[in-house]
Amino acid sequence: MTDIIRGTWIVSYRELLRFFTERSRTFSTIFMPLVFLAIFGAGFQNLIPNLSPGVDFLKFVYPGIIAMTVLQSSIFSGISIVWDREFGFLKEILVAPLSRSGIVLGKVAGAAAIALMQSIIMLILAPFLHVELTLLTVVALIPVVIIIAISLSGLGVLIASRMRSQQGFQVIIQVIIFPLMFLSGVFFPINSVPSWMAVIGKINPVTYGVDAIRQIVLGKNISAAGGVMGESGSQLGVTVFGHTMTAGQDILVVVAIGAVLLALAIWSFSRQE
Amino acid sequence: MNAIEVRELTRNYGKLIAVDKVSFQVFEGEIFGFLGPNGAGKTTTINMLCTLLKPTSGKAVLCGHDVQTHRNQVRHCIGLVFQDPTLDEYLTAEQNLRFHAYAYKLPAELREKRITEVLALVDLSDRRKSHVRTFSGGMKRRLEIARGLLHNPKVLFLDEPTLGLDPQTRRHIWNFVLQLRQQQKLTIFLTTHYMDEAENCDRISVIDHGHIIALDTPEKLKDSLGGDVVTMMAEDNDAAARELKEKFNLSPEIQNGHITFSVPRGEVFLPRLIQNFQEPLISIGVHRPTLDDVFIKLTGRAIRDAEMGEKDQMKQMMSMRMRGR
Repeated sequence: MTDIIRGTWIVSYRELLRFFTERSRTFSTIFMPLVFLAIFGAGFQNLIPNLSPGVDFLKFVYPGIIAMTVLQSSIFSGISIVWDREFGFLKEILVAPLSRSGIVLGKVAGAAAIALMQSIIMLILAPFLHVELTLLTVVALIPVVIIIAISLSGLGVLIASRMRSQQGFQVIIQVIIFPLMFLSGVFFPINSVPSWMAVIGKINPVTYGVDAIRQIVLGKNISAAGGVMGESGSQLGVTVFGHTMTAGQDILVVVAIGAVLLALAIWSFSRQE
Repeated sequence: MNAIEVRELTRNYGKLIAVDKVSFQVFEGEIFGFLGPNGAGKTTTINMLCTLLKPTSGKAVLCGHDVQTHRNQVRHCIGLVFQDPTLDEYLTAEQNLRFHAYAYKLPAELREKRITEVLALVDLSDRRKSHVRTFSGGMKRRLEIARGLLHNPKVLFLDEPTLGLDPQTRRHIWNFVLQLRQQQKLTIFLTTHYMDEAENCDRISVIDHGHIIALDTPEKLKDSLGGDVVTMMAEDNDAAARELKEKFNLSPEIQNGHITFSVPRGEVFLPRLIQNFQEPLISIGVHRPTLDDVFIKLTGRAIRDAEMGEKDQMKQMMSMRMRGR
């Protein structure tokens, strides 16, 4: 057990060390969410009417962008494994007396920390976008962001665990990240899309992450919308088999999927020689 | 107790047997050379010894720990310098070493002291805070050796430690390795395909096609050739070889347009040969046997020639592995 913990902290320590020494990566990590916000927020803001009373498009999309930022940096974090394999450093890690699960968990922890930093930048920007956040909301968001980041990093590491080239990894990530992103209710409420799209969206783990963050950030506005829409539940939320998910249930779904992904990642990574 | 005990170690990649029932011992404190062309099974053997690869069958014990059942103990007592660089180029020398210290559980009070020590040992103290990407090839290799030594291993593995380095740096690394053995009572296991470098080893084992075909001191291996090596070229090599066989009772071999054979006391034999030889000669030379000659004798080909064929085989092996997945 102590071996796992030691492995986790050493690998995540290096992950963060690398993150801050590579300025371009630090910069793009911070800059990307701003670009998204500017495009989707300010750009579409005037084209799209309020989705429900008190929720304009920017307010609706803001929690989604947080989730998307977490999605991007978590899944992409796997690239450091591929990078290490290509440049040999992975061998140094593999011959060290560290447990394989510790190495995977360290990569995941490092990715989660980076994703958390990005979300905090987004939270700091909230006042400029006229999104009201209370301290309580922020405190509630942090663990949710961490859970989502850990789950999705599991997916990133799983994909990276056997990949040999960075180009290959990037191609696969693009293919995976786009449907995950666009079919997750980041840009439109998943309850108001054609049913085939809604079905895919409801299989997508990111959907529940987005919904959890959105419910926490928008709080009473979502329930107000729910009131307007009547029994069918909130138009802005996620309804599965006629049941509108609460934030807590969303998080449980993310935890469950994350646990499976992490277990698979550890299994796949440990199997290599 | 021997530093390394290997018994009938075998590794297959699908149908290809990369290492076939290899057995040997490495004594404590010696420099043990593992010689052979690329693809002969050197790296596969090293990977099994350092717990990166599971043996198909057989047993290997390092410092008293079985590589299959006590991986972590084995990892603690070995240091590794691989053929390909394994440094994080975006970190500084010091950061690379610190990561290693954490990974090998070096006690906190020893950590900085050991880092200072090993950096001094490889002459890199003044580059402690430089990023590794600014280092030359030789400096990187030295830093890797420093890192391999950081946790005070009992056995140091050097897989082609001088590959791709210029002759001057190669000599530098070697002086350093020899010095190291004197100071640290370290067992060194190294692979190389530079025959001249292998001369520095206490004992050498020659591996080819996954088998160990010789294991002895460099001196004894060279003595086994039976004297000096004569290389000559005639207008008709085949006829000349026949004459050597019949008249002088020698067993010459023809290779790359040259005839080679061994005789005791070559400098005395040569004048006698030239006086009595019928076939017209183009050139003739004599030299003390080198390990190259030993290799040719053992495998029937020079190590450079062997490499070409083996590389193709290696490629085939890799593609078989890929398909296997």
